[in-house]
Parts: sequence; structure tokens; C-alpha cells
Amino acid sequence: MEDVFTIANRNFKSRLIVGTGKYKNFEETANSVKASGADIVTVAVRRVNILNKDEPLLMDYLDPKSITYLPNTAGCYSSEEALRTLRLARELGGWRLVKLEVLGDKKTLYPNMIETIKSTEVLVKEGFEVMVYCTDDPILSKKIEDAGACAIMPLGAPIGSGLGIQNKTNIKLIKNQSSVPVIVDAGVGTASDATIAMELGCDGVLINTAIAEAKNPVMMAESMKHAVLAGRKAFRAERMKKREFASASSPQKNLI
Amino acid sequence: MNNLNVAKIQLNGDPYEINLGTNLNELLNKLKIQKNKVAIEVNGEIVERNKYPSLILNTDDRVEIVHFIGGG
Repeated sequence: MEDVFTIANRNFKSRLIVGTGKYKNFEETANSVKASGADIVTVAVRRVNILNKDEPLLMDYLDPKSITYLPNTAGCYSSEEALRTLRLARELGGWRLVKLEVLGDKKTLYPNMIETIKSTEVLVKEGFEVMVYCTDDPILSKKIEDAGACAIMPLGAPIGSGLGIQNKTNIKLIKNQSSVPVIVDAGVGTASDATIAMELGCDGVLINTAIAEAKNPVMMAESMKHAVLAGRKAFRAERMKKREFASASSPQKNLI
Repeated sequence: MNNLNVAKIQLNGDPYEINLGTNLNELLNKLKIQKNKVAIEVNGEIVERNKYPSLILNTDDRVEIVHFIGGG
């Protein structure tokens, strides 16, 4: 049975989405993305450096024709900034599938959910397909879905913290109540965190810092690929029931 | 001392001088930027690529040229 990952009617092979920030250079970015097996990468929209026109471009290393660029609004603290960024992104590449994040403060990088919900409604009206970064709150994530998000992306822990999934109960609640894909975004620190997200039943995981800040990013990218596959398979295989006491693995009959 | 042949615009937040009558296509050529790799806003409004040749820049225009970079 094929296990297809569908967002906004598009099918993807890999359930791992990777960020492209924080790498040493574009070569390392490209090698890590390749090792991760991801079909979708997040990218940011920024001013062109007018003074240094020879600066290498991300597009020269990651071909937007062979990998899905998911423009984000990282660094936006208001609905206006986020909308402006995504409208520019749409003009830039023609992409309607975008990732919205409206941040609340610089210390926690927690989403400002009021602005996020407002922005989602506007973007959906303008024809965008919006994947939305949000808190791990089941009530607010439902509001995001009602606003028309094509995917819900609750944080596992603060962006870049690498603390792993802090509230598994909430992530599971969100997954079980949502009719659009749920993707854990932010907080993954190592492979087991990604596996846990998938074992909880999530549809995907978005990882950036855990790969980019590993001592060997390319190897970590490969590890995350396997972690997501392992977690997904474990979820689909439906794990055994937990018991209070031991249950011998070898037959107890005909002992010598 | 205004040079009548020059338009003083704001380009990505910094002052920048161009010849009077320069359109967006010419600006990109001057900057050696490929137009399919950027998006442009003039005075807060996004400009579609097919409008670049007809959009002439004037003094005090605020021009933003953006592209995709790595991000999480």
C-alpha cells in the first residue's frame, strides 16, 4: 500500500521538509538537502545585495524546477510584513504554496496567533495555499484550519532550540482533530525527535537547525531522512500495547 | 545643485542615482540582475515583470528588489 504525502492536492515522496538557513555555504546546503531526500525546502525572501552582484544565488544550487520552494515569512512580526513578503514571493516564482509565520517576540520566536489567523484568512482569499506555523494549542490550531490553512505546523519547541517535542499530548490532539496535514515545525534536535513526531501520527516534520548546526550536516540530514521513515512506518505498523509486567519472548513449554 | 539629468531614488533602503528616464528593465541591466530571479516593488506596490519596460523611475521612488535566500 502506497503511503502518499499530500499537501494542497500535490503529492510528495518525502515527509521531511528541510530549511535552507544557517549553513556554511550553498554547497553544504545543497548536499544536505540532497542527503535528506526532501522534496520541499523552505526559503526566505530578502533584499538583493546591490553592492555585491557576484554573490552566489540559492537558485544556482537548488533548482526550483526539481525541488519545491516553500517561501516563508520568517522574521515577520506583523500581518502586513508577512503578507507583503508572500505577495513578493508569489511574483518571484509564481508559487501559491507558502509557509506563513508571524512571530510574537524575538526571545521565544513564538507565533503571534492573532496576527497569524488574520493573515491566513487574507492569504486564502487571495488564492494562496497556506501552510501555517502555529502554537501547539488544539483550539488555536483548529482556528487556523477553519481559516483555510492547507497544513497546520505546530511547533515542537521554540525555533532553533533543539529541545525536542515538549508537548506530545497536544501534538497528538492536534493531529487527531485535523483534516489537513499536521507537520511538526521547529524544535527537533536529533533523529529520535523526528521519529517521535512521526510516531505520534504527524504527516511530516520540518527541520532546519538540527541539520545545519550538526557537526556533520550532510550525515545528520541522512539520519533525519531515516528517522522520519522509521517513525512513519512504526506509526503505520501500529505498535504493540504496553504492559505493566514482562512477557517472555521465547516459548515457555518444553523447557529442558 | 540639482542635476537635471539624474533621478535620485531609494534602492533597497539606500540612496541611488540613475539617469532620468530609466525604466526598471534598464535598472536591472545596469545592476546586472536577471529579472527572472527577483521580484520588485516600487513605492510599496509589486510590479509585474511585463511592466518593467514601461515603468520609468522618478526621484524619490522607493524601489525594493528581493530574491530567495536560505531560510528555515
